[in-house]
Amino acid sequence: MFRRIPRRDDEESRSLVTIFIEGKPIQVPTGEMVAAAVLASGLGWVRSTPVSGAPRMPYCLMGVCFECLMEIDGVPNSQACMTRVREGMRVERQAGVRPLSEV
Amino acid sequence: MHADAVVIGAGIHGCSAALHLGRAGISSIVLEQAYPGRHASGVNAGGVRRLGRHPAEIPLSVAAMGFWLNMEDFLGQDCGFRRTGQVKVAEDESEMERLRQRVAQLRSLGFTHEEIIDQDELKHLVPAVSGHCVGAIVCRDDGYALPFQTVTAFRKGAEAAGAQFKAGCRVDKLVRRGSIWQVQTSRLMIEAPILVNCSGAWAGGIAEQLDEPVPVSVEAPMLMISERVAPFCNPVVGATGRPLSFKQFENGTVLIGGGHRGQADPARQETQLDMGGLAFSARTAQEIFPCMRNVRVLRCWAGIEAVMPDGIPVIGPSAKFPDTFHAFGFSAHGFQLGPITGQIIAHLAVQSETSLPIEAFSIGRFLE
Amino acid sequence: MEDKRYDLAIIGAGPAGMAAASSAAGFGLRCLVIDEQPRPGGQIYRDTGHSPLANPDLLGPDYREGEVLAAEFGKAQMEYLSGAAVWHVDADGVVGLSREGRAWSVAARYILVATGAMERPCPIPGWTLPGVMTAGAGQILLKTSAMIPDGPIVLAGSGPLLFLVAWQYLNAGAEIVGFVETTSRANYLSALPFLPKALGAAEYLFKGLGYMKALRKARVPVFKGVADLRVEGDSKLEAISFSVGGKNKRIGCDTLLLHQGVVPNVQITRALGCEHIWDIRQVCWRPRLDDWGRTDSEKIYVAGDGGGIGGAAVAQIQGRLATLEIARHLNIIETAERDRLAAPHRVAMARHLRIRPFLDLLYRPTEVMRCPSDETIVCRCEEVTAGDIRSMVRMGCLGPNQTKSFGRPGMGPCQGRLCGLTVSEVIAAERGLPTAEVGYYRIRPPIKPITLGELAAFDAPEGKQK
Repeated sequence: MFRRIPRRDDEESRSLVTIFIEGKPIQVPTGEMVAAAVLASGLGWVRSTPVSGAPRMPYCLMGVCFECLMEIDGVPNSQACMTRVREGMRVERQAGVRPLSEV
Repeated sequence: MHADAVVIGAGIHGCSAALHLGRAGISSIVLEQAYPGRHASGVNAGGVRRLGRHPAEIPLSVAAMGFWLNMEDFLGQDCGFRRTGQVKVAEDESEMERLRQRVAQLRSLGFTHEEIIDQDELKHLVPAVSGHCVGAIVCRDDGYALPFQTVTAFRKGAEAAGAQFKAGCRVDKLVRRGSIWQVQTSRLMIEAPILVNCSGAWAGGIAEQLDEPVPVSVEAPMLMISERVAPFCNPVVGATGRPLSFKQFENGTVLIGGGHRGQADPARQETQLDMGGLAFSARTAQEIFPCMRNVRVLRCWAGIEAVMPDGIPVIGPSAKFPDTFHAFGFSAHGFQLGPITGQIIAHLAVQSETSLPIEAFSIGRFLE
Repeated sequence: MEDKRYDLAIIGAGPAGMAAASSAAGFGLRCLVIDEQPRPGGQIYRDTGHSPLANPDLLGPDYREGEVLAAEFGKAQMEYLSGAAVWHVDADGVVGLSREGRAWSVAARYILVATGAMERPCPIPGWTLPGVMTAGAGQILLKTSAMIPDGPIVLAGSGPLLFLVAWQYLNAGAEIVGFVETTSRANYLSALPFLPKALGAAEYLFKGLGYMKALRKARVPVFKGVADLRVEGDSKLEAISFSVGGKNKRIGCDTLLLHQGVVPNVQITRALGCEHIWDIRQVCWRPRLDDWGRTDSEKIYVAGDGGGIGGAAVAQIQGRLATLEIARHLNIIETAERDRLAAPHRVAMARHLRIRPFLDLLYRPTEVMRCPSDETIVCRCEEVTAGDIRSMVRMGCLGPNQTKSFGRPGMGPCQGRLCGLTVSEVIAAERGLPTAEVGYYRIRPPIKPITLGELAAFDAPEGKQK
C-alpha cells in the first residue's frame, strides 16, 4: 500500500477525477497513472496469472513488465501503468486468463 | 562416417524418413544445417488436416491420419495432437455452393472425410464465428499438433531406431563414387548408398546437384499469435474465399495464419515480415471472429518453405540415380503428411515400391 | 514526387531523444519525436517540471536538470507525438505506431532509437509476490504521483540507483527498515584499479558518498555483501531473508524495492536484426554502433543507454552526436563542420565516461542474480523457473529460441523483456559456453502488443518512398 505525501498547491495538482476501482468510487489526481491510483487505493493484487493463478501487483511502472494488466473500461489486459485516469473510468481486477470482450 | 542412408534435412519429413528407415533396419545419418525443426517444420501452424487437400494428396493424407490418431502408440511420445476437427467456413451462398461441389467431387472419388454442415451446425461447433458465415465443411477427425514437439518426438523416435543426427552440418557437395554417395558437409564427410533429400526450402539446391533441377520457389508464410484468452474456439477454422488459418490452443493463445508471405532469405536462414500482409490476415480473422477485435497480438513470424508451381510436393525416387529419393516442396501444407512421407521413403528404399499412389509427385513432371 | 518522409524520427523523449530533437531542430531537420509517456523526460526525468511534489527538491538536483533539457525541447521546432507506442520499425525507416487504439505508420529517412534502459531483472525466490517492485518503480511513483510506500520498506540489491532512491525516500519521510546490498566484496577489489580514472568524474563519487552518509545518519540498518536473498510470504510479501557474514537474517516489511543496475532496452534494435554484442563489463547485450551511434543498418542510429549504459549526461551528448552525423548525411553540414561541432561533445563525453569502468565493476551483478537457483521464477509471464530452463538444456535445447518451444519462456505479454537476459545466461552457464555464443531471443514484431483490431486497420505506410 502506498500513501500520498504533500503535493504542490496549484490548479494542475489539485484537479481530481473520480474513477471506480472494483466498483468503489475513488478520487484521484487528474492525469495520474491508473497503476498509481490502484496502489494508493490499497488493492492487494491487480491480477492473478493465467498459468498458476498467483496474485500479482505492478512491478516496473514503465511499461516493460506487463504485470499490471487489468480490465480498464471493459478492455482486458490493459497496462495500468501506461493508462491515465479519466473521469468515470472503471478499473477491474483480472482473475486468470482474460475473457473475450465485445468492447 | 558411414551409414546405410544419409538424410538431408531434419524437419518433419527427414526425421520421419529416418525413423521409418531405422525401423526397417536401415541405419541413417541425418544432416541438418541448423537444428532439428528450426525452419518450416518447427514453426508452422501445426494444422493436421485432410480438409481441402488436392485430390492427389488425399490418399496420402488419409493414410497419414492413421498415424496421427494413434501417435502415442506409434511414437511412445506426445506430439500435442488434438482431434478438434477442422472447419472451412463459407462466407456467402456462392462459397457454400463451391463447398458442396467439392464434397460431391470427393464422394465420387470415394472419400467421405469431408462433410457439409449448415449454419446451425456451424454455430454449434464454432459459436464465436461471425453471423454472416452460412455454413461450412467439417473434417471431424482433423485437428492440430504442436510442430516443434512433433519434430522432436519424431527425432527421438528416429534416434531410438538407430538414426544419428548431425546438427549445424551444412551439405556442401554430393559426390557419387560407384554405388556410394559421398556427402561433404561443413564439418563431416558422410558415405552412404542411400540418399534422401528432405531439405525443404533448400531442397532445390540438392536436386540441382543431383542433376534434377526443379522450379521450386522459396516462400515465407507468416503467422501471428495472441495473448492467452479464455477458451472460445475448439476446431481449427479456415475460410473458402480468402486465406485463413485460425486456431486456439489449450493454453488460450490464438494462432492466425493466412497464406500471406513475407520475404525469405534462405541463404541467411532469415525472414522479413510484411506488415501489410499481416494486416490483411488480421482483417480476415477479425471479420470471421469479431470477438477478436481487442485481443492483442504478441508475436508475428514466418517460416521458410519450398513451394512447387503446381502446389503439390515432390515425393519419390530420383529420376537420375538409384537408391536416391526426394521428399520436398510441400508448398506450406506438408506437416500433416510427415508421418506417411517417411514411410513411403522407407518402403521405396527397402522394396522399391509403395502401396500409395505417388505418380503425381514424381520429380519427372518437372524434367524434360 | 515530393518526399513526404520526416528527415528524422526519434523514438523516445528521454535525455538522448530530447537533446537529439533540439539539435535536429537547430539544423532545420523535419523531425518527429515519438514517446510512450504523456510528457517528455524519459524515466530519469519523468514528468520533469510537472512533478506534483510540494517539494521537488527532495528528489535532488539531478532530476531538476531535466527541466533545462525539457525547456529546450519544448521550444524546438518539431512534431512531438506523446502517448504513442512503437510496435514496428523496419530498416527502410518505416515506424509502426499505436495510440489510443489506432495503428498507423510514418516514414523517415533516418531513425534514432533513444529508448534508454530498463532495470536488470532481479530473479530471486519470491520476486513475483505482491509488495515487491523495482527501485525504479518506487522512484517513478514518488516523481510522478507524490507517493511512497506506507509501512516498513526494504531496499535490496546493488547499483547507484538503489542509493539514490533510498536518499529520496528518506527525504520524503519513508520508513526504511533495511538497506540490503548484494554487491560482492570481491567487486571492491576488481573496481579499485579504476578508481583513479573515476576521480576524473568525481562528482558521481561524491553524490554516492553523500547518499551513504544520509543512510547512516538516519540510522537505517545497512547490510553489505549479503547472499541468499529471498522473499518470504505466501500470497504477498511478508519479509525478506538473506545471509550475511555466515548468519541468517530476516526483516519483516510491507514493501521491497529490488534493483540490480540498468541494462539497454534492445527490443527495437533486436527486432530490426541489428548485430548485438555481449558486453562483458556491463554484463548485457548492446547493439554494435560506430562512433556516431549508427548501427549496422544504414538508416538506424542509437543514442543513450539503449546503446550501452552511460547515464543521462552521456545520453544527451550521444543524441547530439548522432544528429550531427545525420545532418551530414542529409548534406546540411560538411564533414569538417560535423567534426568541429562534435569535438567539445566528445571531450565532455570522455570525462563523464571515466566513472563507468569503476561503477560497472563495483556494481557487477552477482553470479546468483544472473543464474538463479532452480526454484526461482525466471519468466514471470509464463512462470518458468531457472530449473525448468536447465532441464530444457538437458533435453537438448541449445539456445533461448528453442526454450520457447520447450516451455514458453519469453512467449507472454512482456515478450521476453524480463527473462531474456537470464535465460541466455542460464543456458550459457549450463552448457559451459560464453553467453555471446548462446545468443538471445529472436525478437519479432509487434515490438509492443497491439490489438488484432489495430493491426487489421493498419494501412500502408504514409509517404513511404517506393
